[in-house]
Amino acid sequence: MDFFYTGYLRCGASEFIDLNVQVLHGRGLRRWWHPQVRFLLDGTESFFPLPSQQAAPMLEWGLNWCIANRPMGYLVIHAGLLAQGDQALMMPGIPGAGKSTLSASLCFLDNWRLLSDELAILDPESGLMQPHPRPISLKNASITLVSSFSQAQLGQVYTDTRKGTISHAACPASSVATSDQAARVKWVVFPRFEKNSSPICEEISKTEAFTMIAEQSFNRDRMGAVGFDALCNMLTDTRCFQIVYGSTDEGLQLIRSITLP
Amino acid sequence: MNNRTCADRLVAVLGYPQLVNGWNAGQWSELVATARYFNLLGSLSVRFKEAGVCVPGYALRHLTGAQQLSERQHRSVLWEVHQLQTALGQIQVPVLLLKGSAYVMAGYAVGRGRLFGDIDILVPRNALGDVESQLMLNGWVSAKTSAYDQRYYREWMHEIPPMRHMRRSTVIDVHHTILPLTARYSPDPSKIISRALPVLDPCLAVIRVPCQEDLVIHSITHLVHEGELHNGLRDLNDIDCMLRNFEIDPGFWDRLCANAIDNDLSWPVLFGLQLVKRVFDTPVPVTVLNQLTQANQQKPSSWLLAIFDRALRSNYGNSQDIAAMTAQWLVYVRSHILRMPLHLVLPHLARKAWMRRFPKKNQTSG
Repeated sequence: MDFFYTGYLRCGASEFIDLNVQVLHGRGLRRWWHPQVRFLLDGTESFFPLPSQQAAPMLEWGLNWCIANRPMGYLVIHAGLLAQGDQALMMPGIPGAGKSTLSASLCFLDNWRLLSDELAILDPESGLMQPHPRPISLKNASITLVSSFSQAQLGQVYTDTRKGTISHAACPASSVATSDQAARVKWVVFPRFEKNSSPICEEISKTEAFTMIAEQSFNRDRMGAVGFDALCNMLTDTRCFQIVYGSTDEGLQLIRSITLP
Repeated sequence: MNNRTCADRLVAVLGYPQLVNGWNAGQWSELVATARYFNLLGSLSVRFKEAGVCVPGYALRHLTGAQQLSERQHRSVLWEVHQLQTALGQIQVPVLLLKGSAYVMAGYAVGRGRLFGDIDILVPRNALGDVESQLMLNGWVSAKTSAYDQRYYREWMHEIPPMRHMRRSTVIDVHHTILPLTARYSPDPSKIISRALPVLDPCLAVIRVPCQEDLVIHSITHLVHEGELHNGLRDLNDIDCMLRNFEIDPGFWDRLCANAIDNDLSWPVLFGLQLVKRVFDTPVPVTVLNQLTQANQQKPSSWLLAIFDRALRSNYGNSQDIAAMTAQWLVYVRSHILRMPLHLVLPHLARKAWMRRFPKKNQTSG
């Protein structure tokens, strides 16, 4: 907690609690024998326990699940989200498309502000994206890549989890410090990392973007008309692109060309 | 956190929303968590809106979220009901919606903000075979597959095994009467069906809702025979809300009494009315309670009321609260004793306990 959550506000005694989360030891024998760890939301366990060494990743996965599932009136989209000032870049994508790695590269190498590497949170009323800066989750090869960035601080590496080898990079302190500054989406980019591919950038229609974002939304369906309208409004003033790149440098180059004033 | 007092505060706020004026963040936090636990967040949101109460932004987010979810659920109920009309329209039998879906389709205030899961319907018993095959032709399949489960439902229960739609994954419970066939009281469902009303939408020709009195009677009967009161407080809140809205109609209480007595349900209704009066302070006329008491040889005992009250307002899965756990266990056992005679209930509970401990793969237990 101290490593990843130093610059964060602590909840005082009599404050409003959005999510009451506990990470606890396994029950009974499982506290000592092949020890396990459990994740509880409001006192209820919704996942299978994991080996106790994976307590930290379990907290991160559990929190993601909470944000995606708790109805709080926000539209939650599976996407990396970064900003320059109050102009945001949204990168929706299926797991493995490379959005976390590209998000990490953008914030550590190109000084973008990180709003989230996984959960883009849209407030339907204001049309603004709510920052949710938390540790960046890295998988397999991207761990080595991101650990080579001079500003990145990585936590422990966990081998053999249900998502393969994983680690987390601490969110840049400047992004945590500005977590009260909402931003408006200006660019939507669907990234796809393909080894040895030459860079491709293609502008796509808003209709196509809508369909693809809707697929990557956790709760658009549950939010009914409000979620539909919110997504339509968000896309009104944006430009949407699909990019394919074979290296981090190429990816950053493509993003620069898209977002250049 | 003491759940008993949390639940008391929630009940108080539902009855008098202005109570929250001047509350601090900690109090709001507890209220929202409690309402979410009892599945009453959407209803609470509506209650605040109607009362014009000013809700702080941090709590409003959660209330609005629950209300949006409830509006989405209502839209999906509407769609499912249209699908039922399509599937069952040809066989021309009345299809009664029960509980949540009836509240929504009849447009009653009790449905506003309410959250729910499955759709319950009641059809005449002699049409059950046709209804089931018609539903299967339209994509619903039986969700329980073991031979024991099939027998449990078909021989002893008041419904056939739940049916799940193959593509939409929505579940409907098809009832042919309102209490298990093996239960102590034997109401006649055809009386409820004959008194049922059409819904507002003229396209839904076979869809009906029970008349107001039967709707309340069914909800009460359901709650009083329920073994697990996870949604007990919500269901009792529904009953409170309906009674307060329906009693404006002249003669409502008389018809409620008459229907309950006529349908062998005077005991459950008396118990339910005493319970809702105790918990929500619902204005149930003394004459109604007297009339129902006279129709019964045995009055509901005050300790049974106290047990239900305790079980309703406590947190399930809180192993610290021994009194609440005992109350929950007593309600559970009682529901089974009411549901089936002893020679059926003992083997059934033993089997359930065994299956919970050693579940068979790819199979779910009744």
